[in-house]
Parts: sequence; C-alpha cells; structure tokens
Amino acid sequence: MSASFSRSFTIEGRDFLNAGRASTQIKTILKELSVDPAIIRRVAIASYEAEMNVVMYATRAKLKFTMSASAINLEIDDEGPGIPDITLAMQEGYSTATSQMRELGFGAGMGLPNMKKNSDEFVIESAVSKGTRLTMTIYIN
Amino acid sequence: MLREIREILSADMCTGEEHLDMRIQFGSASDLMSDVLAFSRSGALLLTGLMNVQTIQTAFIADISAVVFVRGKRPTDEICALAKEKRIPLLSTPYSMYEACGRLYSKGLLSTMKPVCEGTVQEEE
Repeated sequence: MSASFSRSFTIEGRDFLNAGRASTQIKTILKELSVDPAIIRRVAIASYEAEMNVVMYATRAKLKFTMSASAINLEIDDEGPGIPDITLAMQEGYSTATSQMRELGFGAGMGLPNMKKNSDEFVIESAVSKGTRLTMTIYIN
Repeated sequence: MLREIREILSADMCTGEEHLDMRIQFGSASDLMSDVLAFSRSGALLLTGLMNVQTIQTAFIADISAVVFVRGKRPTDEICALAKEKRIPLLSTPYSMYEACGRLYSKGLLSTMKPVCEGTVQEEE
C-alpha cells in the first residue's frame, strides 16, 4: 500500500437526513481495502459517533480520514458551542441532548466514552463558543 | 438462521430475502442507537421499535446482520431502499419487543452481553 490515503468530508450541523454519510463512506472504503473487519467496525463506530455529535450540536465540521500502513486517523474539527467541562462530558450517561435527538435514538450520553473505547489514541480539545476538535487513532496491526 | 428467526417471530420480510440462509447466533434489542453502537456485537440481530433512517445507518456501522421491527411496524420505502443498498435484511414482527425477545431467547438465540455487575459491562466470550 502507498504511504497514506486521505479523504476529507464536510458535515453540516442539524442535517439529520444526511447524518452518517461520511462514516458509511469511510466504512465502504475500508471494506474495499480489505482491512480487518474488527478494525473497520471500531473506526466506523468512532467516526459515526463523532459525526452524530456534529449533526446534533455543531454548526459544521471537517472530518479528515487518513490511513497509513500502521494506523487509521480521524480528525473532526467543528465550529460549534464547544464543551465547557470535558471531564463531565466524558462520563457515561451525561448528556445535553434535546428530545428531538433522543427521538432519533441518540443522546444517551454514550458518544464520547464510546469513541474513546474504540480508539487506541483519543484526544479532545474544546473552546467554548468556538468549537471542538477530536483526534482519534486506531492501529492497524 | 434468519429463516428460523422469521418463522419464530411470524415475521414478514420487508427486504433481503436473499439473506435467509444467513447464520445468526446473537441477538440484541434496543430503541437507543447509542446503546447499539456501544454494546452490540458484530453479526448480531437487532430488534427495535425505532423506525428511521438512523436505525439502518447505525445497523450498517455496527455490523448488525439483520433488523427486526416490532409491534408490526412497517419500514417506509426510503428505509427499505437504504437497507437494500447496505445489504441488511429487514423484518417486521407482529409481536411486542418483550414477546419477540422471549421467543428468540427461549429458542436459543444468545444475548450479546453478560449481566452487568457493579457498572461494568462485559461481552460474551
């Protein structure tokens, strides 16, 4: 395989109709590249949870997917309200979701902890009123 | 096999008849897609009452093998088309979530999770 493969996606906030498109495309790409299905599942779940968070809370975001011989990297950089207390947001069950989000089956307060669980490296940085940046790495070998 | 699951649940097949010979060992039931993403396992059956496009997107992302809608809910054409594209069979059972789960469990379809003790969740070995 070449040194690295990269794709960028734009995710629009509140666009519930297209929510999940970027992550399903990433999953399809990884399947075509015959990556280990267990790795694909972790990448897809981490990416989809992040994508749903952007759709639910942010204005828009860039999602950058990079794959090298040893790892898959997901960077999600959003313009949005930011997270005032990251420690609290990382707790399972803590959520600020609205009833509309819950009707779609989301907003149970599992997103961020689940992204961390599925990543080998997980970095979250946030600035209130500006946005949140997530960097997740999943090793291939 | 999915064929047996269809019989046990007296279910109608909305899409994916070509997958009736698919082997399924584990089942999960939830209306919360957050829980499906956090606690399901690859190849499991999903029983749900949640009827929207996100149900199919979540099933695809989490490697759910087939989706059963409970209480006779019928997926819309849009939902069926997406499921067909993602190669996920959709079934509709007249039973409630409780009864559908009971029928499958009593016939040997295993859970995706062990009981939760002191806040820890473990996957079945």
